Amino acid sequence: MSPGGQAEARQGGSLVLTPASARLSGDWTLRALGPQLPGLRRQLRMASADAAWSLEAVERLDSFGATLLWQAWGRRWPTQLSLRPAHRQTLERVARSAERPLPQLSAFTPIDAVVALGGALIAFLAHVRDFVALLGQIFLDLLHVLRHPRDWPWLEISANVHKVGVKAMPVTALVGFLIGVVLSYLSSLQLKVFGADVFIVNILGLGIIRELGPVLVSVLVAGRSGSAMTAQLGVMRVTEEIDALAAMGVSCSLRLVLPKVIALGLVMPLLVLWTSTIALLGGWVSAWVELDLSLRYFVDALPDAVPVANVYIGLSKGAVFGVLIALVACHFGLRVKPNTESLSANTTASVVTAITAVILVDALFAIATKSIGIPG
Amino acid sequence: MNPPASSPATVVSLRGITTRFGRNVVHEELDLDVARGEIVALVGGSGSGKTTLLRHIIGLTRPAAGTVQLFGELLQAGDRSARLSRQRRFGVLFQQGALFSAFTVGENIAFPMRELGIMSAAEIDDLVALKLAMVEMEPEHSVLMPAELSGGMVKRAALARALALEPELLLLDEPTAGLDPERSASFVRLIRALHGDLGLTVVLITHDLDTLAAMASKVAVLADRRILSYAPLEETLRVDHPFIERFFRGAQGQRALARATGAN
Repeated sequence: MSPGGQAEARQGGSLVLTPASARLSGDWTLRALGPQLPGLRRQLRMASADAAWSLEAVERLDSFGATLLWQAWGRRWPTQLSLRPAHRQTLERVARSAERPLPQLSAFTPIDAVVALGGALIAFLAHVRDFVALLGQIFLDLLHVLRHPRDWPWLEISANVHKVGVKAMPVTALVGFLIGVVLSYLSSLQLKVFGADVFIVNILGLGIIRELGPVLVSVLVAGRSGSAMTAQLGVMRVTEEIDALAAMGVSCSLRLVLPKVIALGLVMPLLVLWTSTIALLGGWVSAWVELDLSLRYFVDALPDAVPVANVYIGLSKGAVFGVLIALVACHFGLRVKPNTESLSANTTASVVTAITAVILVDALFAIATKSIGIPG
Repeated sequence: MNPPASSPATVVSLRGITTRFGRNVVHEELDLDVARGEIVALVGGSGSGKTTLLRHIIGLTRPAAGTVQLFGELLQAGDRSARLSRQRRFGVLFQQGALFSAFTVGENIAFPMRELGIMSAAEIDDLVALKLAMVEMEPEHSVLMPAELSGGMVKRAALARALALEPELLLLDEPTAGLDPERSASFVRLIRALHGDLGLTVVLITHDLDTLAAMASKVAVLADRRILSYAPLEETLRVDHPFIERFFRGAQGQRALARATGAN
C-alpha cells in the first residue's frame, strides 16, 4: 500500500476487501482495534479464508488481533497468506493454543439433577456427622478439664464472656426497650377498648419473660456473635492458624471451641435477664403514657401475674440457646475453605441455622413446659 | 487532540516523589525514568518503600508531592474513560497473586477481558487458552480454583491474568518470592521470553539476586529515600555505598553474580 495508507493506519487496523483478496494494514492490536471493532468484525465475516490474505502492511499484531483473524479464517490457515515472520510467530502461537481448547462445562441434564439431590443429601449427612463429632469432642474436652483443672481455658472463657456478653449489652438493651414499647403500646390500645387496662402487666410479663426475651436475645446474639465466631474460626483456618495451634500440641477444640460454648452458655441467661428487664421497663413506659399505669403498681402486680417458674424457664432457655448458637457457629467456622465464597456461605449458613435451630428448640420447650408456670 | 506520538520512549516517569507515613518520610524528591523495553529491578532494604513506589505507579496510592507519568501522560490526567484506558495498558502481578478466590483460573483470566466489554465469548475462550499456554499452563488448569493451585501455579495464573489485556508495561511485586529455586528460575525464563516476544517493559521488585542477575537490564537501588543508583548491574556494583556493599557483595550475592556472569 501507499505510505499514506500506513500513516493513517497508526490509529488502528484496516481491511480492504475484494472478492479474491484481503489486504490488511495498520495496527491490529487490542487497543488500536477497540473503537472500530464492530465494523471490522462485519467486514471479516464477509471475507473468505480462500481469498489471498496479505498482512504485510500490518504494523503490529498482538494476540487479540491474531485471535480475531484466526476465528475469521474458521480456525485454519488460509490457502494464500503473506506476512512478516514475527507476525507469523504470533499467529502460530494462537493456532497452537486453539488446537487445545478449554474444557467446556456440559449442559444440565436430568442426571445432574439426581446427582445434585444426592450430593445435597450426602452434604447434609456430613454436616450431621461433623456436628456429632464436634459434640463428642467437646464432651471429651470437658471430661479432660474436669480431671485436669489446670487445663481450664479460663483466659479464653473470660475474653469471650466480655466479647459476647458485656459488649452485647447496649444493643440488646436498645432492641429490647423498643420491642417492649411497641408491644405494650399496641396491646394497651386493644385493652383500653375492653376496659381491661390492668392486664397489660400479664401480657407483658408472661410474653417477655417466658418467650420474647430469650428468643429476641438469641436472634441478636446469633447475628452478632455467632457470625463473628464463624468468621473468626474460618479466617484462622484459611490463614493456617488452626494448623499452627495443632502443631504446637494445643487442642483447637479445647482452646477455641470450648471457651466459646461455655462463655455463651454462661452469658446468655444473664443477657436474657438484662434484656427482659429493659423490655419490661420499655413496656411500662408505654403503659404509663397510654394507660397512666404507675411504676409501683406495675412492679407490685408483676409477681402475681407471672409465676416465678417463668423466670427459670426463660433463663434455662437462654443457656440452652447460647450453647446451641456457639456450637453451630463453631461447626460452620471449622468448615470454611480457603476462598471468599466459602467464608461468606458458611457465615450465612451459621446465622440462618442458629436462628432456625433456636426456634425449633423453643417449640420443644413450649411443649415440654406447657403445664409449668401458666397462671390461672 | 492529537493522538500520542507513536510510542513515547519513556514509559514510567517519576518526578520529585515524596511520600510520608505520619512523621516517617519514605521517599524524598525521588526521580526515576523507565525507558520502553527495559527490565528494571527495584531493590532496597525492607521498609525502604519499594512496594509503596509500585503502588504509586499503579495509582493505588498518591505521593504527598511529585508527579507520576505513565506513557507520557500524568497518571491522574483526563476523564474517567481516559484514566481507565491508561490503566488497561499495564498489568500487575501482586505478591500473593491476588487471584479472585471465588473464580476459577479461567474466569480469573477472562475477567479483565469481560470487563473490557468488546470481546465475544469465543474470542475470550481462545485468548484464555492462549494466555494459559503463554505461562506454560495446561487448558485443564482453567477449571481449577485458586485454592487448588500450588504457589508457582498461582504466580503463573496471576501472570496470565496480568497479560490478559495485552499490556505494554508489566509491574511485578516479588515475582519469585516463595518459589523454590527451580520454579523461580523457570518463572524468570518465562518472563524473559514474554519480554522478548511481546516487547514488554517490566518493572519488578525483588530481593532475589538470582532473579535480578538473570533478568534486569537495569537496577534501581532505593536507599536513603531516593534512587541511589540507576544503571546496569555491573555499574551498580561499582557504586560505593553501605547498602550496595551489603546487598550485592555478601556471600549469597557473590554466588549469584558468579552464576550470572558464568551463564553469560
